[in-house]
Amino acid sequence: MLKNRQELIFVRGTTEAINLVAYAWGRPHINEGDIIVTTEYEHHSNIVPWQLLTQEKRAKLEYIGMNDNGELNLDDLDKYLATGKVKLVTFSLMSNVLGTITDAEKIIAKCKAAGVPTLIDGAQAVPHMKVDLDTLGCDFFAFSGHKMLAPTGIGVLWVRKSVLQTMNPFHGGGDMIREVHKYETTWNDLPYKFEAGTPNIADVIGFGAAIDYLTKIGMDNVRQHEIELTKYAMEEFAKVPGLQIYGTKDITKRGGVISFNFADVHPHDVAQIIDEEGIALRSGHHCAQVLMERLDVAATSRASFYIYNTKKDVDALIDSLNTVAKVFKL
Amino acid sequence: MSSGADIYHEMIVDYSRNPINYGEIENHDVTFHDSNPLCGDSIDIDMKIDDQKVTDIKFHGKGCAICMACTSVLTEITKGKSLDDVRKIEKNDILSELGLEHLQAVRIKCALLSLKVLKSALYTYLGSNIENTEGIDTLKAEAENLY
Repeated sequence: MLKNRQELIFVRGTTEAINLVAYAWGRPHINEGDIIVTTEYEHHSNIVPWQLLTQEKRAKLEYIGMNDNGELNLDDLDKYLATGKVKLVTFSLMSNVLGTITDAEKIIAKCKAAGVPTLIDGAQAVPHMKVDLDTLGCDFFAFSGHKMLAPTGIGVLWVRKSVLQTMNPFHGGGDMIREVHKYETTWNDLPYKFEAGTPNIADVIGFGAAIDYLTKIGMDNVRQHEIELTKYAMEEFAKVPGLQIYGTKDITKRGGVISFNFADVHPHDVAQIIDEEGIALRSGHHCAQVLMERLDVAATSRASFYIYNTKKDVDALIDSLNTVAKVFKL
Repeated sequence: MSSGADIYHEMIVDYSRNPINYGEIENHDVTFHDSNPLCGDSIDIDMKIDDQKVTDIKFHGKGCAICMACTSVLTEITKGKSLDDVRKIEKNDILSELGLEHLQAVRIKCALLSLKVLKSALYTYLGSNIENTEGIDTLKAEAENLY
């Protein structure tokens, strides 16, 4: 998937990758009055760096809205692009809360027609489906190791070379330089210009092992497995009274996560009771408070599937919801 | 040890459904808001203070059953107390009331958000009503050592 090593920068994770772009690309390219467009279902790591940048530059941050099915309203994108002021469109390829798979090809086609670069947060998509940068045609792509069986603290930022060449360094220090004199410095070649300091060697090797493992399984098989599990889980969830699922019901348009609320029980309480039965759910705002506001909920519970999960796990989850119902007298 | 599902006894579940002192006080003397950044629990406390006593207290917000139950209990403990006594309220006063003395670290913030908001409200009130400047330093030191 990554053919040119010059375009690949190792970072701590998606968060650092996006901050790198906001800093090293954003600072020289964004000016007062410019618009950066993101979406309502982004992780905080694809919102806050842009707030920092647009506030500093007196630029504007706008959002592509979402319909009640958890899909983006691309009319909003058209509206912003028509202003001629949009300098970047940034979006997650898969919502970490709703699982919605973004129609990246459509968004990128619109952006290309308007001459606007695109950034994709691939943290959720890369571990769960085949992603091809050539087909996508974006300019920036970020993802993390720890969501795909690798250690924490390692991730990748890919940047199209022609764009990378227009960027300032991110961190200054060792490795990123060619020559340092008292008052000026010249930069190392790509991608080292963007990799200051001692690299995280051990975790890069761990990341490689994880990628080899997933490649051996085959990303299409990973996706197929998750489609089957998600389909089964959605059918079983639908039978539980009082259980509300967020996002689209169309399995082909969503990844292997299901966010839900169970009657009036707070997600933290659901997660804690279910944890006693040996099932790990994530509860809370999932670093997506803008989306929580859009859904008008304080939090959700989220079941996420991966290659090691089975239908039996789904059955156990459904059973444990009965315990929640009992404790809370539903 | 209260761990897992056994913390969800009758009282907690009841308080979460029917919180005590839930609402707002329109003509409050002090109000304070805070939230837990990790989980998003969010609490506002309003107090009416007359003659150095909390004559009315109400809270509103969103939170899990532990958070709602603890806030209910805390408002009950606080109502009618002198400001000096409110200053002395400790975390165990709430936790013991609900049998949560050994609540796991992961949920302790849910339980004590309300205490943080109450103390912040109290010090906000005291700070804005204090007469001598010497007292301000004592208050500041006390407020800084709360957590």
